[in-house]
Amino acid sequence: MAFDKMELREVEVWDGNYAAAHAMRQAQIDVVAAYPITPSTPIVESYAQFLADGYIEGEFVMVESEHAAMSGCIGAAAAGGRVATATSSQGLALMSETLYQASGMRLPIVLNLVNRALASPLNVNGDHSDMYMIRDSGWIQFDAFCPQESYDLNLIAFKVAEDHDIRLPAIVNQDGFMTSHTAQGVHTLSDDVAYGFVGEYKPMNDMLDFEHPVTHGVQTEEDWHFEHKARQHNDLMTKVMPKIKEVFADFEKLTGRKYNPVEKYDMDDADVCVVCMGSSVETAREVATEMRAKGVKAGVVGLRVVRPLPFFEIAEALKGVKAIAALDRSSPNGAAGMLFNEIAGALFNTDTKALLSGYVYGLGGRDLTKAHLVALYNELQANADAGKVTTQLQQFIGVRGPKLAFL
Amino acid sequence: MAKKGWDEFEIGAMLRTFNGKIDDIAGTPQRDRDYSENSSYTASVADWRLIKPIFNKDYCIDCQFCWVYCPDVSIISRDKKLIGVDMDHCKGCGVCVEVCPTNPKSLLMFPEQADEESEIANWPKKDEKEA
Ligand code: SF4
Ligand code: SF4
Repeated sequence: MAFDKMELREVEVWDGNYAAAHAMRQAQIDVVAAYPITPSTPIVESYAQFLADGYIEGEFVMVESEHAAMSGCIGAAAAGGRVATATSSQGLALMSETLYQASGMRLPIVLNLVNRALASPLNVNGDHSDMYMIRDSGWIQFDAFCPQESYDLNLIAFKVAEDHDIRLPAIVNQDGFMTSHTAQGVHTLSDDVAYGFVGEYKPMNDMLDFEHPVTHGVQTEEDWHFEHKARQHNDLMTKVMPKIKEVFADFEKLTGRKYNPVEKYDMDDADVCVVCMGSSVETAREVATEMRAKGVKAGVVGLRVVRPLPFFEIAEALKGVKAIAALDRSSPNGAAGMLFNEIAGALFNTDTKALLSGYVYGLGGRDLTKAHLVALYNELQANADAGKVTTQLQQFIGVRGPKLAFL
Repeated sequence: MAKKGWDEFEIGAMLRTFNGKIDDIAGTPQRDRDYSENSSYTASVADWRLIKPIFNKDYCIDCQFCWVYCPDVSIISRDKKLIGVDMDHCKGCGVCVEVCPTNPKSLLMFPEQADEESEIANWPKKDEKEA
């Protein structure tokens, strides 16, 4: 191979962004088209540095906007390259039109989405409003709770997305600043082992195959559009989750690190639990352990795979629980939170007797403290004891001024 | 509409232009190419057109400008000789007329229902340069 290998220590001190960039380097991506946006900028910046230093044989395409960034990625992927990029917040919003092109064209692009609030008011800090915005765009979505997982899930994302039965683009989410800029020890794989895991890229129906010319992104109107969408939905609902589990198992065999579509913590005998995503999962786990010392049977469910939604795994994880809190880190703007709705959907028609309440927290980088979670677990315990939800269904955690509660 | 199910066609909003492999695409005339049923070459889109180009070979110098510029590859040329317009694919945009350099032009736009023979018989005269 014409590029240099990088010697890594067994454990490197990386933040989530740098971890993602190393995974992209090790996957030997052909093309990155990117437009910088906080807090995801260091991912593509590091990729560009690796490229300049001779660690990658690829192309870095500087474009004039995020819309062009994803468009460039789509073109490169349609041409037959392994492609990835990164974005956040307004950048994702500008990309959103092209995200549907990528998934409809079944191009296995990997997008690192460093979750950040959407303006207005302008805010560079983390929440999940960008992740929520594009949840129906047909991309597979993983959620990393820490830098280690940002590294691992990137490698996993390529392998799932590029499988010839799947051929769907994948997003790896991580929390802006909380994960993207917090350095932690990350267990690494050597360049050879990581590349061996991801595997050589075998494009399908690429434009550079001159003997089999194809038209990409065709017009279908009412004749075929519905069938295309049905097929895409079918593959997400039936094929992707088994593939993810298979790749998770392969990854565990290689590294000993085990991932699940739904990450359960102390859930075997839990009476009360919170369901959340991103860096909050780790905080909730700590608080759950402390609550257990005080006699509350507390557990945590973290959503590792956001799309396709692991309906059955969620229902299984929440079986036997008495009170559940769904924590949404995005302003629901006139509805119950997405997580609240989706947990409710996953539990509907099961024989659960669980009480479900929704909490909105952490918008625009507002902290979710351990004290918040202690109060929340106590409230859940009160619900469990009373056998009914004792508060309004939707509450806001840590917002200034008078308490906000609805429904 | 063909009776294909949602799970029967090729995924990826993608169409194959040819049935199977193709080599020497440049050297194979369109009529001899094995276009697939899905290729737009076999589909008529003429009903999009409101006005149509009419070709008058009396003035044509076979410069191929119209062939190069037509966005729908609808100018038919054989051995660098202009033959006419492929009326199954022409959308009536008028680009070919715009780029035609002869005086008078060898291609002009007419209403869709215009009769080709009578329009050619009444072709406009040479434009005199203004003094
Ligand atoms: S009118 Fe437009 S589409 Fe038709 S032949 Fe001329 S350039 Fe082509
Ligand atoms: S542009 Fe005009 S002169 Fe040139 S080939 Fe076409 S019709 Fe003939």
